[in-house]
Amino acid sequence: MSSRAALSRRRLLAGLAAGGALPWLGGCATPSGGPSIGRVVVVGGGWGGATAARYLRLWGGNVDVTLVERAPSFVSCPMSNLVLSGQRQIADVTLPYAGLEAVGVRRIQAEAVAVDAAAREVRLADGRRLPFDRAVVSPGVDFTPGEVAGLETAAAQERIPHAWKAGPQTVLLRRQLEAMRDGGVFVLTIPTVPYRCPPGPYERACLVASYFKQAKPRSKVVVFDANPEIQSKKVLFERAFAEHYKGLIDYRPNAELKEVDAATLRATFDFDDIRADVLNAVPPQRAADIARSAGLVNVNNRWVGVHWLTMESTAVPGIHVLGDATLAAPLMPKSGHLANQHAKVAAAAIIQLLRGESVNPAPVVANTCYSFVTPDEAMHVTSVHQYHADEKTFKVAPGGGLSTAASALEARYAQSWAQNVWADMLAT
Amino acid sequence: MTVAEARPDAVVVATRAGRATVALLLVLATAAQARDAALGRNLAATCSNCHGTNGHARGDLIKPLAGMPADKIVAAFNDFRSGALPATIMQQIARGFSDDQVRAIAAYFATQPASP
Repeated sequence: MSSRAALSRRRLLAGLAAGGALPWLGGCATPSGGPSIGRVVVVGGGWGGATAARYLRLWGGNVDVTLVERAPSFVSCPMSNLVLSGQRQIADVTLPYAGLEAVGVRRIQAEAVAVDAAAREVRLADGRRLPFDRAVVSPGVDFTPGEVAGLETAAAQERIPHAWKAGPQTVLLRRQLEAMRDGGVFVLTIPTVPYRCPPGPYERACLVASYFKQAKPRSKVVVFDANPEIQSKKVLFERAFAEHYKGLIDYRPNAELKEVDAATLRATFDFDDIRADVLNAVPPQRAADIARSAGLVNVNNRWVGVHWLTMESTAVPGIHVLGDATLAAPLMPKSGHLANQHAKVAAAAIIQLLRGESVNPAPVVANTCYSFVTPDEAMHVTSVHQYHADEKTFKVAPGGGLSTAASALEARYAQSWAQNVWADMLAT
Repeated sequence: MTVAEARPDAVVVATRAGRATVALLLVLATAAQARDAALGRNLAATCSNCHGTNGHARGDLIKPLAGMPADKIVAAFNDFRSGALPATIMQQIARGFSDDQVRAIAAYFATQPASP
């Protein structure tokens, strides 16, 4: 590790001596003075990648950071269920990347097509090559719609939205809900764990039901869960279903989606089938495509194994992987909050590795997920995860837990959380 | 900067060898302080998702931790744990950190300027 840092320093000094073959270095190198200690390319500007870019600059000062993201702005999955129920517009959960550029992150809006660890470069769809000393890959999830017959084509996924990546799909699903007749049936299907945001589907069921209650009271929400029970905040969601949405939400466990018909919106399960007016199928998930092509996917053909001390891939040295794409440590959910926390562990470690120093031997991460059960009431689950050197993983520390009940106060805390964590990751 | 500039009171005893030793000790002490500061900084970054980057909270609901005296932060953690200070979530999070970690977090926030 230290030889790599030394090498990068030598290469850099040689470049400077040769008259500066590093045209973009000048803009980002100097807030803390001195020459750059290395080049980091971050692929993916979501919760993990944006935070990593921000904290590499905040803590590293003279690290050259390039962020590659295909979208022009950040769209938050957390809080986006409130777009479905009409309390928020998509613009309210869309934020600019300008703050990151202001702290010296070089942002490139482009599609990364390869992360080549041997050549130490990221290649973009337009042919550009970005050299790096270390790379951060925070790609999120992609879906495996091929596991559901009838859901394979892009046209089918437009008719049957997932809305599990915030953005156009969220808007599409909201429009379908608005256009639905009163007395219609909204069907939500949940894949087997692990999937992104364990409480998210149950929050969505509640918020869509709250919209129906107010705007289309004869309508129904039917939830087909491939899992045997509610996967997060179970007691609290069961209470919400019974107290707020009795007769409105019909929850059916052990029901894995097998087939859909995009023309008729019929969904077929092992022992059940239903015709929907709006069909929202959240497909099975895996680490996103770029992780696979980079050779990072090494667990169950779906997820990326990481060394938790540094977030470095167990398959490809020099590549640090964050967030939902990783094979989670025990009881660590796939959440945006944790992707942000992964990014801080990685940023601290990358800076130390570039400097040739030893890394922090005892990192800690924490998770907090708020869920709305009505537009005005939310509840949380929280956990602290301490690194255990003997087992080389994070384990849940004492404490943590659930709200005693959903409340208006926690709805305000949830909004405050979003405001603060968005600012933390995007330097707004 | 020379050792003499850094520590004028050390100059009187500074032979050539002594000066080198003092310099080495200062270097080691500085490295250790930097390591401790980084540990506190890393731990404090677990708080920033709700309490703002470096404790500079946005909005009026969350206490800004930047510049708060360290003993106040430690006392608050203890009161969250005991239930003396009622909370929705901190009574659970406070139990996840060791006393040493809480002291490191408190020391870090105490050194942050109150406004960013």
